Amino acid sequence: MDMQASKKKLGLKERYQVMTRGLDWTPSYQKMEDIYPYVAYEGIKIHDWDKWEDPFRLTMDAYWKYQAEKERKLYAIIDAYAQNNGHLGVTDARYINTVKLFISGISPLEYVAHRGFTHVGRQFPGAGPRVACLMQSLDEIRHAQTQVHSISNYNKYYNGVHDFHHAHDRIWFLSVPKSFFDDAITAGPFEFMVAIGFSFEYVLTNLLFVPFVSGAAYNGDMGTMTFGFSAQSDEARHMTLGLEVIKFILEQDPDNLPIVQRWIDKWTWRGYRVLTLVAMMMDYMLPKRTMSWKEAWEVYFEENGGALFKDLARYGITMPKCAEQIALEKDHLSHQAWSTFYNYGAATNFHTWMPDEDEMAWLTAKYPESFDKHYRPRYEYWREQAAKGNRFYNKTLPMLCQTCQIPLVFTEPGDPTKICYREVDFKDEKYHFCSDHCKAIFEHEPEKYVQAWMPVHQIYQGNCFPEGTDPTVEGFDPLAAVLKYYHLEHGRDNLDFEGSEDQKNFDEWRGMATKNV
Amino acid sequence: MSNVFIALQTNEESRHIVEALLEDNPTAVVDEQPAMVKINVPGSLVLRRTTVEEKMGRPFDLQEMQVNLITLSGHVDEDEDEFRLSWND
Ligand SMILES: [Fe+2]
Ligand SMILES: [Fe+2]
Repeated sequence: MDMQASKKKLGLKERYQVMTRGLDWTPSYQKMEDIYPYVAYEGIKIHDWDKWEDPFRLTMDAYWKYQAEKERKLYAIIDAYAQNNGHLGVTDARYINTVKLFISGISPLEYVAHRGFTHVGRQFPGAGPRVACLMQSLDEIRHAQTQVHSISNYNKYYNGVHDFHHAHDRIWFLSVPKSFFDDAITAGPFEFMVAIGFSFEYVLTNLLFVPFVSGAAYNGDMGTMTFGFSAQSDEARHMTLGLEVIKFILEQDPDNLPIVQRWIDKWTWRGYRVLTLVAMMMDYMLPKRTMSWKEAWEVYFEENGGALFKDLARYGITMPKCAEQIALEKDHLSHQAWSTFYNYGAATNFHTWMPDEDEMAWLTAKYPESFDKHYRPRYEYWREQAAKGNRFYNKTLPMLCQTCQIPLVFTEPGDPTKICYREVDFKDEKYHFCSDHCKAIFEHEPEKYVQAWMPVHQIYQGNCFPEGTDPTVEGFDPLAAVLKYYHLEHGRDNLDFEGSEDQKNFDEWRGMATKNV
Repeated sequence: MSNVFIALQTNEESRHIVEALLEDNPTAVVDEQPAMVKINVPGSLVLRRTTVEEKMGRPFDLQEMQVNLITLSGHVDEDEDEFRLSWND
């Protein structure tokens, strides 16, 4: 006789119980503090790990099923995109520079996020957060891999993407996103969760993915759009994990509040500084714009983040103090960033350019308070100079902020005509900062931040030349040596878009695609 | 009252989900953007399995939405019959 299976299927809540907590056990011959050595030193007090629940109630079996479905959809599109020369369908070849920025600046972070969630998942004594961290660590390695696969198609045709991981670990401005994540994974498990799960995923990730991916769609880049949306579909789960972490920690013990608030303040600012790259991408690098940086900030931070912090007020959490300075910077951030990259365009793995007349008109309309007054005149001057054959490339290395590692290019809050400098003396050395917030972060943990690998310092110390370089020989060209160390080819991977090999090839190939030759 | 929102990729499956959302949440506002659709609702939002099934004409597991989801805002609560988003203010 066949075995009679029970008719009643488990409900979602019961299945979640069985497949998470039901698979956990209490150790009998090892002490808890030996198994979970990192869980106490940050000062966070947890009394009952079972109070944790994933509100999606996703179990591993369902996870594999839906992730497999996402992969099937994605790879079908990647193939179609490659087979149909999809890269020639983008608005213009300037667009491809956003992809270069993404693969060298963001994709390596996906991989570090994978490592981070594997690590903290291992360190939490609760089965609920452990399962959620396991899922996120798998998501993150999937993001890294699918981004490399999608963007490898561009590497066949365009410059600057050939050695993105080597670039990520060395190029001066890529130390900004790299050091951000290095800072997070070298923190304790709870700080990592607040830093990445909450501040980055919940508060800021929409500003990275939604405009970037929508922008890709708008500029005809189906490959990027698809991996972006595929990654983003995991993001709702990550955001929910981030929010649950905060609520869980705060509900466990009132002593946790000041620690968590400090982390939220720190990581909102750290994350915002990294998003400088996104701001300039939205306002300058997408040939067809979706929305301005300022508009995106207003929708996704001021409105949505405002709702979030209003909700968290019941735990005593307040809006991070840096929000006030960010509000003052929103009219300036992208312009100051693009001006910097235009200056240092000889040392980047992507091309830079001056906006054309239509684009300047768009910037004037989106930034009526600031663009015509502070930025248009300088752009017109640079454009004029370039037309006369004097395209300006700055070869003097800038002073960097010890915390965020961005050159000191930002202006004083409320005074866009004056560069903001801060400094701190610590153990006989002087350290420089871009802002009061980066300075305060350093002052709280100076022993950590004095160890930062600062690209400019490293160049001056002679650590960024290829092996065997002799910088004392007559006529030594430091920039040329640094580019070699970066694996960048001068005149191909860097400099202005105007006159670049990318520009020439794209025009020629697009011509071949639309005409009989 | 703060808005909650949910954003989905525009495709044939999410078209039915959006229809169901609009039916189940009379105060919902649709915001169409390149390749995505964002639904904003003051205070809270609910998606009912039965409404989606009616629109699709086939059985639907609410967790299938994971495949087309882009982002959301608000506290999530999901069981086999309903997916809910809310703010507590
Ligand atoms: Fe990711
Ligand atoms: Fe800084």
